[in-house]
Amino acid sequence: MQHARKIGEPILTVEGVSLSFGGVRALQDVSFDVREHEIRAIIGPNGAGKSSMLNVINGVYHPQDGKITFAGKVRHDVDPHEAAERGIARTFQSLALFKGMSVLDNIMTGRNLKMRANLLLQALRIGPALREEIEHRAAVERIIDFLEIQAYRKTPVGRLPYGLQKRVDLARALALEPRVLLLDEPMAGMNVEEKQDMCRFILDVNDQFGTTIVLIEHDMSVVMDISDRVVVLDYGRKIADGTPDAVRSNQAVIDAYLGVSH
Amino acid sequence: MAGELDTFPRLLLHHAQVRPDRPAIREKDLGIWQTWTWKQVEDEVRALACGLAAQGFKRGMSLAIIGENRPRLYWAMAAAQSLGGIPVPIYQDAVAQEMVYVFHNADIEYALVENQEQADKLLEIMPQCPQLKHIYFDDARGMRHYAQTELMSFDNLQAIGRDFDARNPEFFADEVAKGSSTDIASMFYTSGTTGNPKGVTHTHHALIAAGRAGAEMEGLDPSDEVLAYLPMAWIGQNIFSYTQSYVVGFCISCPESAETVGTDMREIGPTYYFAPPRVLEALLTQVSIRIQDLWWGGRKAYAFFMDLARRVGGKILDGEPVPLTDRLLYMLGNAFVYGPLRNVLGMSRVKVAYTAGEAIGPDLFVFYRSIGINLKQLYGSTETAVFVCVQPNGQVKSDTVGPPVKGVEVKVTESGEILIRSPGLFSEYHKNPEATAEAKDAEGWFHTGDAGYFDGDRHLKIIDRAKDVGRLADGTLFAPKYLENKLKFFPYIKEAVCYGHQRDMACAFINIDFEAVGNWAERRNQAYSGYADLGAQQPVYNLVRECVEKVNQDLAADPTLGGSQIHRFLILHKELDPDDGEITRTRKVRRGFIAEKYAPLVDALYGGKRECFIETQVRFEDGRTGSISANLQIADARTYPVEAAKKAA
Repeated sequence: MQHARKIGEPILTVEGVSLSFGGVRALQDVSFDVREHEIRAIIGPNGAGKSSMLNVINGVYHPQDGKITFAGKVRHDVDPHEAAERGIARTFQSLALFKGMSVLDNIMTGRNLKMRANLLLQALRIGPALREEIEHRAAVERIIDFLEIQAYRKTPVGRLPYGLQKRVDLARALALEPRVLLLDEPMAGMNVEEKQDMCRFILDVNDQFGTTIVLIEHDMSVVMDISDRVVVLDYGRKIADGTPDAVRSNQAVIDAYLGVSH
Repeated sequence: MAGELDTFPRLLLHHAQVRPDRPAIREKDLGIWQTWTWKQVEDEVRALACGLAAQGFKRGMSLAIIGENRPRLYWAMAAAQSLGGIPVPIYQDAVAQEMVYVFHNADIEYALVENQEQADKLLEIMPQCPQLKHIYFDDARGMRHYAQTELMSFDNLQAIGRDFDARNPEFFADEVAKGSSTDIASMFYTSGTTGNPKGVTHTHHALIAAGRAGAEMEGLDPSDEVLAYLPMAWIGQNIFSYTQSYVVGFCISCPESAETVGTDMREIGPTYYFAPPRVLEALLTQVSIRIQDLWWGGRKAYAFFMDLARRVGGKILDGEPVPLTDRLLYMLGNAFVYGPLRNVLGMSRVKVAYTAGEAIGPDLFVFYRSIGINLKQLYGSTETAVFVCVQPNGQVKSDTVGPPVKGVEVKVTESGEILIRSPGLFSEYHKNPEATAEAKDAEGWFHTGDAGYFDGDRHLKIIDRAKDVGRLADGTLFAPKYLENKLKFFPYIKEAVCYGHQRDMACAFINIDFEAVGNWAERRNQAYSGYADLGAQQPVYNLVRECVEKVNQDLAADPTLGGSQIHRFLILHKELDPDDGEITRTRKVRRGFIAEKYAPLVDALYGGKRECFIETQVRFEDGRTGSISANLQIADARTYPVEAAKKAA
């Protein structure tokens, strides 16, 4: 892949993170960093701890050990609300959209954190609240245009096919104008064409807005095509870290994916 | 007076002067309709034309225009014409290699494209088209990292143009003044199913004359609204959305994207509308599906009012007398059914709607007319700048295309071919004098290749391609496609192949529509094991016979074609398939090939047999071949006495 943008200094660093649920050790002493403007993939077989890792980064889970540095601030654990305010947005593997609400309204909820007018003004849609709403709507329209979902503005999300719902989920995350975007299996359950579209959108987001992207995926081919660097997890441990080519030829990775005879 | 209004640039300047603040073009962008007035369009076109001139674009050069309907692409047409150049719109869904021929044929050095997708195609063919030196793009998305020196954004081109204009303030007006109505205004490539496409050139005079004749006939005025949603490379789109907009001064609107056309149409509410039959069919299907979802009372009411509309709706539209009770009921229906339906379709304000391109089923056609939409058929082609025949208001028949438009001469040769002479006729096929000579004779008649005849009211009826039309042994005109289309309008019949040339009667092969007939059989609790089995069942034969006899009954009312009623038919044991070479990929039946392949069946039809054994090779989707055999029965259909000509022809 050729990227014209410059990959910068690490913006997010994970050091020695361990997480367990009772006796289950989901993550054991995992460390890696994510540089500004890069596309960073976390891959691994089922149950490797990929989603747990993402949940630690945006504060859904609180690890027992380790620390997370985001944009210079060191934290042992993060609060999801704070993570969002500081510019970490995410999408979900099993979509978390408001099914009965329109595409437009769903994406508008992504702007929620950026609304400043008080609740009463917002409810009445007057004065500063109206001006603000127009601004937010304009931002949302740019995202709708970007992701090519103009035809579905007014459609309730529940009536859309799965591939499009995924796109709406991405749109809502983008509405936050994040610095770091966490994507949890963005291509899961998609057909080849939808996967290609999604790849293009991810690359475009990264290219156009310079957004740093951390994505989890178990479709290896997709990951290798679009990411700059890849972390591989297996049974909660990091087993490899490097460029797609380096990772692809790593024996530990091949074993983890294909299995080894003991 | 600022000269004659006989070229597009002069029309533009005229509108910018007499209606500077009226909207000329709209586009929905970021969810909001953006409007440009005629004055603003003039400024945009001027900047663009000057930009092109500064880049070396000269009189007589071609400018390729590729993309969806976008205001900037329409301005590019006017800009090229202002400089005496020739805009060449190209289908935006063509793949790169298909464009190579056009770029060579038209010597295209300059191209203006919509976006990255189109720019990529041109970059791909550039090594094959070394003369292509300049590519301008409208939407800059994704174009940031392209370093090719041939590329330039639309904005930059206009910036260069504004600068050029400031230094040469007389230039634009001078160039427009140099233009002549006999200059080539546009070139349209016909898709050409065989061989290379042909570049059809039209002068300013031809396009404007055709557009003006149509506009006068329908009484179009500057307050009309058009939604520009069909490909720019198709001449109809050019006539309805560019030529007539410039001639009359009405506003056109570009949809937000191809998928949003339905919504955009409701928002704009066009007054002047064109749709090919397939679009009308898709819209009707959408409506029908939603009606199915209604509660039963709603469905019943819908059925009642649609039945009423079928009986009297068309007559009311044509201003014919209708009993008072029906008229009152229709008004009620209009308030609760037809009006809302028109609204959902985005056709509440439609004054004139046209359809053309292929035969339209009478049921489909009558549906739109019955709910009060003035849908009419027209006849024309790229070579004739669309307007040849149009059904006049109040005299619409579902099976003719109406009388010739003012200024158009139509004559039918001995062999039944339609010839046309009109001011809107094309100049020539670009760099193809043989084809031009073949299509246009010394007296200026254009040979359409279509067969037809005038009915008693001097309405033209198109029946088939001239080369396919034959005669029965007794000399009766036999138009296979006309019969096949009539059969295919029944939902149970998917394909039909008719024979009769130099025979003593017409006969048909039928392909049933597996889904429709299957459903029909299931509702009647009739079991079947597959396509061949279903088609061989007696009740299905009876069902198809009813359809055939209905067609015969219709034909009997037509003195010219009444003799070609279908006497015998059979239902084929397999679907005609492009993989087996029986129909083309665009689903045109290959009669000759089928007759050869199923020769025993044809013999059986004409030999008076009751049944016939046939074995056929088939190719499966995975490439393997196999054979299927069946014993097909052959059925007779009733024919009807032909009515004598009703009125003196």
